[in-house]
Amino acid sequence: MRRKVIFRNRWLPYLLLAPQLGVTLVFFIWPSLQAVWQSFLREDMFGLSSTFVWFDNYRVVLADPGYMAAVRRTAVFSVAVALAALMPALLLAVMVDRMLKGVAFWRTILVLPYAIAPAVAGVLFLFMFNPSVGVVARMLTAAGVDWNPRLDGTDAMILVVLAAAWKQISYNFLFFLAGLQAIPKSLLEAAAIDGAGGWTRFRTIVLPLLSPVTFFLVTVNVVYAFFDTFGVIHAVTQGGPAKATEILVYKAWYDGIIATDFGRSAAQSVILMIVVIALTAVQFRYIDRRVQY
Amino acid sequence: MATVGIRAVRKRFGGNEVIRGIDCDVADGELLVMLGPSGCGKSTLLRMVAGLEPISGGEVAIGGRVVNAVEPKDRNIAMVFQNYALYPHMSVFDNMAYGLRIRGLPKAEIAGRVRAAAEMLELAPFLDRRPKDLSGGQRQRVAMGRAIVREPDVFLFDEPLSNLDAKLRTQMRVEIKRLQTRMGVTSLYVTHDQVEAMTLADRIMVMNAGLAEQVGTPAEVYARPASVFVAGFIGAPPMNLVPVQVGGGSAILPDGARLALPAGAGQGARAATLGIRPEHLQPDPLGPVRMTVDLVEALGADTVVHGRLAGGTVLLARLPGDAAVRAGDALALAAPPEALHLFDPGTGRRI
Repeated sequence: MRRKVIFRNRWLPYLLLAPQLGVTLVFFIWPSLQAVWQSFLREDMFGLSSTFVWFDNYRVVLADPGYMAAVRRTAVFSVAVALAALMPALLLAVMVDRMLKGVAFWRTILVLPYAIAPAVAGVLFLFMFNPSVGVVARMLTAAGVDWNPRLDGTDAMILVVLAAAWKQISYNFLFFLAGLQAIPKSLLEAAAIDGAGGWTRFRTIVLPLLSPVTFFLVTVNVVYAFFDTFGVIHAVTQGGPAKATEILVYKAWYDGIIATDFGRSAAQSVILMIVVIALTAVQFRYIDRRVQY
Repeated sequence: MATVGIRAVRKRFGGNEVIRGIDCDVADGELLVMLGPSGCGKSTLLRMVAGLEPISGGEVAIGGRVVNAVEPKDRNIAMVFQNYALYPHMSVFDNMAYGLRIRGLPKAEIAGRVRAAAEMLELAPFLDRRPKDLSGGQRQRVAMGRAIVREPDVFLFDEPLSNLDAKLRTQMRVEIKRLQTRMGVTSLYVTHDQVEAMTLADRIMVMNAGLAEQVGTPAEVYARPASVFVAGFIGAPPMNLVPVQVGGGSAILPDGARLALPAGAGQGARAATLGIRPEHLQPDPLGPVRMTVDLVEALGADTVVHGRLAGGTVLLARLPGDAAVRAGDALALAAPPEALHLFDPGTGRRI
């Protein structure tokens, strides 16, 4: 039996919550409300006055073929980042899980990249894949691949996907490894005795038991690709060439800060916010109800 | 159906040898119980037969075929795990059908076999449930069912009843015995519970510190323990083990009392460990064993009496339930010569 501790003091709970509430208020609620307010306004060309225009900004944004192209681009980008970050992570986790010695060592080594800032990771990839001086670019050119992310949109997309996914592999690896280690060894032994070979065991026992972790990671990675990759894109391609790597979060920034169209930028931010809230809600609902076993 | 041969089997973990050379042949259809305290290597030995642990030395043969290098899946064995190891994401039906599906049996046959096993184990109403929706006893039966449907050459049981409560354990013990007898499948059964071992086994292998101390039928192991370890491990309350001097056809207890040994035994003078089962010490006004009663445990059918000899040596006697004995009483006891066991105090082996 667990007994609830009840505080008689009425103000203590609020006092204890105050720091966190303050941070949330100043850095999330306030700017969000401002963005929502801004998204209903249109500035004049000198920024001296603004008019309340209701949903005009949204109408313009959603009717803009450029915006819809960015939506599709973002979808491709997030799926690619999620796959590129999840598959190698699972492979590494399976390999480390099978090791008898040195698990702690390899786990530490493989988690280190997560400590690197996205922009730094981006610059790293920028150097490695630079068409004129990059090590990897040289090898690709030597192998006969016409590699030039500065001119070719697909090359640029591949580059930002790699740069964005790279450090996320560490994060996913850690979760997959924990998930794998939580699967009782006796289940795999029982399956082995039941006649299942390595691959069958993986497919019929490990993957289904890992599915809650996988689902959690898919959501986290998609959210990451949607919102946290600004630094990578800004460092590597600035959305180019010819907007080939301009995803929604980059476009919102570009339209607001560079093109100084605050209203439309704010509208885009609000749309993004709704998307992330929806994604998070789905994730929480699923985690609450995950009755796997 | 198959025999199992365990020949000079050894297991090392790093520099630590946990199985130190065990030999045993299990006959077709026999149920061999491997009994011992925790850490004696019984589960490791079972896992080597299953193919879940590599064998460091010696051979394991199933049905005459040496299987040292054979994968578990190709040994045609089935195993019941202590924690049941049911697949949590599958229904009871799928749990039992898993091995059959992997072997590519036709759907109709899989369904037939699973239903037959479910019928036999009274699991038919639960086939659609997940393991987490079952009670401990039902999970245990699903684990049994999963082993049965495979129709394996050998059943391996790794302490299958130790997670159940006492009442259920007794009930499942009977069920396992009935099933095994009916199916006639060669079985190896690991347990630390001597009652389980005595009731289930055709033969018991008593293990201690990586060695087989004795292999024999339950009656043999009880009546003629091969070592001090076996003598002390089997039987509840445990056998009295007392250091004695042997000479002139009798054993001399620490307080000087003389117990007659069977005719012809104990001629040369030597030190020994004397074993007497508590039930063989019975009140006898002329008996040589004189003890002061310390404690009386009335168990209903029996009364277990704890007493001390003059020198302080503790002895247990198991008297009938109606014995009128009280703490502080002086009690004279005797034991028939043929119920006395002598062991070498150095090696612990039976003399």
